[in-house]
Amino acid sequence: MGIDINSMVGGEAGQGVQAAGFIIAKALARYGLGVFADQDYESRVRGGHNFFRIRAGDNPVSAISETLDVLVALDRQSIDLHQKELAHDGVVIFDQDKAKDVSAGNNLLGMPLEQMAVETTKNKQATNVVAVGAAMALVGYDGVALKTEVLDYFGAGEMGQANAAAAARGYEYAKANFKGDLGKKFSPLGGQKRMLLNGNEAVALGALAAGCKFVSAYPMTPSTTIMEYMAGKADELGIVVVQPEDEISAINMIVGAAYAGVRAMTATSGGGFCLMVEGLGLAGMTETPIVVVDGQRAGPAIGLPTRTEQGDLQFALHAAHGDFPRVVMAPANVEDAFWLTVKAFNLAEEYQLPVIILTDQYLASSYATAERFDLSRVQVKRGTLLSETDPSKLQRYKRYEITSSGISPRAFPLQSTALVVADSDEHNEEGHLIEDAETRTAMMLKRQRKLDGLRKEISGPRTYGPAKADITMIGWGSTLGALREAVDLAAQNGLSVNLVHFSEVWPFPAEAASLALRGAKRTFAVENNATAQFARLLRAETGHQVSSSILKFDGRPFSPAYIVTQLKKEVA
Amino acid sequence: MVKMTDYAGSQPAWCPGCGNFGILNAVKKALVNLDLEPHKVLMVSGIGQAGKSPHYTKGNVLNVLHGRTLPAATGAKIANPELVVIAVGGDGDGYGEGGNHFLHSVRRNHDITYLVHNNQVYALTKGQASPTSDQGFVTKTTPHGASTPLNSLAVAIAAGGTFVARGFSGDIDHLVGLIKSGIQHRGFALIDILQPCISFNHRNTHAWYKERVYKLEEATYRPSDRSAAMEKALEWGERIPVGIIYRQEKPTFEDGLPVLKRGPLVKQTIDPMQVSVLLNEFV
Repeated sequence: MGIDINSMVGGEAGQGVQAAGFIIAKALARYGLGVFADQDYESRVRGGHNFFRIRAGDNPVSAISETLDVLVALDRQSIDLHQKELAHDGVVIFDQDKAKDVSAGNNLLGMPLEQMAVETTKNKQATNVVAVGAAMALVGYDGVALKTEVLDYFGAGEMGQANAAAAARGYEYAKANFKGDLGKKFSPLGGQKRMLLNGNEAVALGALAAGCKFVSAYPMTPSTTIMEYMAGKADELGIVVVQPEDEISAINMIVGAAYAGVRAMTATSGGGFCLMVEGLGLAGMTETPIVVVDGQRAGPAIGLPTRTEQGDLQFALHAAHGDFPRVVMAPANVEDAFWLTVKAFNLAEEYQLPVIILTDQYLASSYATAERFDLSRVQVKRGTLLSETDPSKLQRYKRYEITSSGISPRAFPLQSTALVVADSDEHNEEGHLIEDAETRTAMMLKRQRKLDGLRKEISGPRTYGPAKADITMIGWGSTLGALREAVDLAAQNGLSVNLVHFSEVWPFPAEAASLALRGAKRTFAVENNATAQFARLLRAETGHQVSSSILKFDGRPFSPAYIVTQLKKEVA
Repeated sequence: MVKMTDYAGSQPAWCPGCGNFGILNAVKKALVNLDLEPHKVLMVSGIGQAGKSPHYTKGNVLNVLHGRTLPAATGAKIANPELVVIAVGGDGDGYGEGGNHFLHSVRRNHDITYLVHNNQVYALTKGQASPTSDQGFVTKTTPHGASTPLNSLAVAIAAGGTFVARGFSGDIDHLVGLIKSGIQHRGFALIDILQPCISFNHRNTHAWYKERVYKLEEATYRPSDRSAAMEKALEWGERIPVGIIYRQEKPTFEDGLPVLKRGPLVKQTIDPMQVSVLLNEFV
């Protein structure tokens, strides 16, 4: 076993919890360590309680841990809320002046955090950075390297220098005054530099690499940072990002843009996706390629606005009235978030339909280290387009020509003299509205035929663990990391467990699923929702009935330890 | 030269005598007068009798959902600003179901011409009150009479509209002029077009409008004064003004997108390697 250290920065909104956590995460990633960092925040701008939790190790880490080695408590309540999560040798760094009732001890490093911030920077804002310095001293981080990281975050100017001084002050204080022993320290691993990014950034990068030129989205947690990131890069990359009046407008705008010939996307959460449902059907009927990101959060209605859930699966599969083909992706991690977004744009255009990407708050806002994405592997497949060399086809262009694949060659207005007629009413091959039964039937069958080709594009599940096991866990989407580590942890606890995990959920890879589950003894659906939505899909598509489920719908993500605890209860 | 026959479409499924015929005719004449070939024009329409009109002519057509005409038109215009984009819908479509989109499309000033076939009634669903039905208008769904009508022209002026006009389906020549001006206007051009519904509105009939409408052009009216325009927009009853009520020059939404100065988005190449520099920021 390698070194694995779990740190948390806790405090009120506005105290710089996110900044402190990010600096630590980035610094550890630059040491060559594997990092996984999640964020827990309330739906408020000031006050309350937020935390940023950073797990790092010299082996890859891909999930949270609830056991803390270092707790940086920027306020008093962070101690009360998280002291019980401390490991045996775990340490709390806190402001002695703000928590006079807490007496310093071996595991309690009380320091004048705010006072040191004011002394070094004339501003108490840097309190968080002083605490970062102390935390990095505890885990054995190099002081010079820390300065580089702080300057990298704040810039080399006056503000950067002041914060670097604040970090150094905390670092030196902790070195001189901490009498305890964490029992483990990091040292740089070197090697190829990896990226540190969150799920939303990975989706945005995937979209940009795939050539998305138009984004229309309405701000909604946890997806807002996708549009913010892309808007920040819009001029540089030659794209347009529009913030319209509502989600209804957002999806209809991308339908208009995609009809006109560009790759287009929107991003929202479940509540916004509710408003988009009508537009999803429009894309289905007009066969317009669009990509919709639903960053799931705990519902229904406003629910827990800043917290995670996998509660939109059945909704995404069935959203909008009537039958039409669609694709639903559920990325497992940041690598998937990038590559499945690229795939989403390709499938959308090749099969001329809406593609939904289901992420969640946990994946969207958690940071992970990843190998640099190999952009030379990004393929842009725009699907069948009208040949501009055949004048007869130009004159009598049929947007919805009946073909054996169900795919009609696309054309864009003004690309040639061909007239492009698209209709939300049932229509004939030319795109004009009809009411007769024969044409309706032919068009419905044409659209449904696209599923035949599409099924071949969908990847089956990933498997992990021993080929034969007493228990097979079944999961989908963002839980992959926690489930994989749970397989290993279960083995250490004497349980025989393996995993079947899905990232591409519709059209459902039924054959591959049945194959992966053949020979499974007891199957457990592990899902971040209350009704085992994926298990229902699995049963509907394969007939497989899971033996039991481990469900969590408190707005918080799974940890490997939590899953193993639940497994033990089930087999007891 | 573009001819009327270039815009010949299929036979409309409207009631004989419907005001929509006059409007469709005026649209075709305006496009021919401007010498615009059908493939350069995109007509985006909603749902309602008016929403069918693009099917009865020639051009690129995107017939979308009820009330969602303007967002779809906006997306297409931003993707390819070289398209002449005309959005078409009725009063229920545009001011009811699509009210929020109307308000914000006016405010953002997209370079789109928006034709609202305003017959003050829902016709496709057979005779219910619309947002512009006169107060007290009795229908099966409003047995005690409709509420205060929405004055869409006043709303458009208040929302920062740059081209606000009213036409009448009974005066095609005048309407042709308005539509031409609307298309030539850089920015969002609202043309609310009064039209009788011979089947379901027996109050605001052709004769009723004919008695009341008067042309602003003949009244030495200047559409550049916003306060005067607001007053004119509010005039309704014994006398109803038609013509350009308000016009101002203002940068369009598309003008505010520096990316479009490099050419339409649809003509930009796709190069995944462009993202390489962004990946560096995460290392």
